[in-house]
Amino acid sequence: MSSTTQNAPSPVPGSVGSPPRGGIASLLSRRHIGTIAALIALLIFNFIFTPHFATMQTLSVNLTQVCVIVIVGVGMTMVIATGGIDLSVGSIMAIAGAFAPQIFQGMLFPVPNLYVGIALAIVMSITIAGFFGLFNGWLVSSFRVQPIIATLILYIAGRGIAQVWTNGDLQVFKVPEFQQIAIGRVFGVPFQVWIMLALVLIAAWALQRTVFGRQVLAVGGNEQAARLAGIPVRRVKRLVYVISGVCSGIAGLIVIAMNSAADANLIGMGIELDVIAAVAVGGTLLSGGRATIIGTLLGALIIQLVRYTLLANGVPDAAALVVKAGLIVLAVWLQRQDRA
Amino acid sequence: MPRLHASAGFGALLALLLIIGFGAWRYDGFISEYNILTVLRYNSMFALVGLGMCFVIMTGGIDLSVGSVAALSSVVAAYLSPYGLIPGLLGGLAAGVAAGTINGFIISKMKILPFIATLATMLAASGVALLLSNQQSVPASYDTNFMALGQGDFALYAPDWVNGEDAGFFGAVIRIFLGFPIPAWIALFAYLLGSLILNRTAFGRHVLAVGGGEEASRLMGLPTDRTIFLVYVMSGLLAGMAGVILAAQFGAGQPIEGIGWELFAIASVVVGGTLLTGGKGSVGATLVGTLLLGILFTVLNFENGMGWISLSAYWQSVLRGGFLFVVVILQSRLTRSTAAA
Repeated sequence: MSSTTQNAPSPVPGSVGSPPRGGIASLLSRRHIGTIAALIALLIFNFIFTPHFATMQTLSVNLTQVCVIVIVGVGMTMVIATGGIDLSVGSIMAIAGAFAPQIFQGMLFPVPNLYVGIALAIVMSITIAGFFGLFNGWLVSSFRVQPIIATLILYIAGRGIAQVWTNGDLQVFKVPEFQQIAIGRVFGVPFQVWIMLALVLIAAWALQRTVFGRQVLAVGGNEQAARLAGIPVRRVKRLVYVISGVCSGIAGLIVIAMNSAADANLIGMGIELDVIAAVAVGGTLLSGGRATIIGTLLGALIIQLVRYTLLANGVPDAAALVVKAGLIVLAVWLQRQDRA
Repeated sequence: MPRLHASAGFGALLALLLIIGFGAWRYDGFISEYNILTVLRYNSMFALVGLGMCFVIMTGGIDLSVGSVAALSSVVAAYLSPYGLIPGLLGGLAAGVAAGTINGFIISKMKILPFIATLATMLAASGVALLLSNQQSVPASYDTNFMALGQGDFALYAPDWVNGEDAGFFGAVIRIFLGFPIPAWIALFAYLLGSLILNRTAFGRHVLAVGGGEEASRLMGLPTDRTIFLVYVMSGLLAGMAGVILAAQFGAGQPIEGIGWELFAIASVVVGGTLLTGGKGSVGATLVGTLLLGILFTVLNFENGMGWISLSAYWQSVLRGGFLFVVVILQSRLTRSTAAA
């Protein structure tokens, strides 16, 4: 454990309150070297072998594909940092995505004008998502249900709720003002990429530089010690699931904005696997106590790039699944070697 | 402490009897021969997967790969079915054992958390199944007796008199007994064997010891790694068997079936009162849990059929989640009150 002092949870309350200082550059630690090296190797391979790789379009396609995974991954990383897991992210995305169009189209209650409707839709959907996250957190913290089982409940029921609410119908809409959150561009970069970057930076900062962040890592590192040190373990746990719910809500809105349609059957289907894979490849310890948001971003980029590389070179998607599986096992195994 | 899982299992059994009683009272044809045999035939796959999951959970682990392993096995079995029942069966089982061996190796030798290891094999097995089948369902052969594994029974061997008018109660019992679907026999046999293994062998005691405390069992000199390795192989074998039955029951290898089976299996184990933290559990209660969940959905289907309410598939998933919620809360209460006592 001695090699990971930077993020090692400390059971001493005094040091929990005084996180290390440093600029944004120090958010990247030498822990990421392996991940970055893998990413660069993939990029070089593609520059040489994949036709039309070095184009703005490729960059744009890959970034938009990775956005949703990273946004959900921000919340997942926090949850995993406490030693938990959140399987319900995809279902919560579906719930947020199913509610939002009904609100800004004024189907649930009259809205004075489109802009107010859009604002209400965004705020309310994300709030609802947060409450579903709170439900997960409540089960985990107050009933001590194992996270994998607690979030299994909403994994099953959550999508059902979204489907019942929309009758399983596809809701198509044409509201460019709302769709700006996904497809609008600022400085030539899709707006959703900016959202992703903002969330990543805020979360990375919060995890490493705030008391809350230290508490999250302390709970994941040794729950008993954290409790004895006076950390409000239950509140910390509840909060990380709320954060995960909120992140899923945002991701759900981006997905429907991209598609200009909401399909409760499909939004976020199976995303939990991609997200957990990104977190694992990024170097976050799955048993908790050590986490890196930047790593999750890098992990998601690696997985996306591997998939893109395989597809662009004619390997079927099914084979990419097998490769992804190997990648997850390899990444987690390397983590273990690193710790030993 | 032994009273805990006994009482949870008893609760599940009581709930099962109540649901059956409710169904018999409310719906015509609920207790019919046809309905009973259909429920048994269909749920035998889930019972097999649940048995493997039960052993895995008793060691404190989890196996998320069972659904896609079953899908992979069904594809392999369907490809081999033209060569006969035995090749199809062995091929499917071999695919399951291979996946289970990989799980066991990754978890016990590479020391990777069970849920992440089996998540990876879930992806990989599904990928291999899609590659092998070219993303289409693979028709199984009707020329061999392979289909008997999913659809067959022993009714042909019934003596003439039991089908007669004056067969009476005894005759009806024999008729149902021989009409018992072959997959249900397989599941029953697996559960009897599983119960023997858990309660009468050293391996069974090791399973519970490892789940109770891995480090402590290691220090006591128990073969911890081998035990963990073997439960995943066992879970793979049973998922493989379920896959063979899947192919035989639906007449085709189904590369995209099996999604959500792991959740169903986990739910049955939990409903049966096996502690998710490991160290305690009951094979029989898992069978009760599987039947309880299976019959609950039969009841929902009958309710739909009566037309009073329209329960779409969407509502069913909400109810499934709600049911799991109730069970989990009850289990959490039970555990705490026993721990306090």
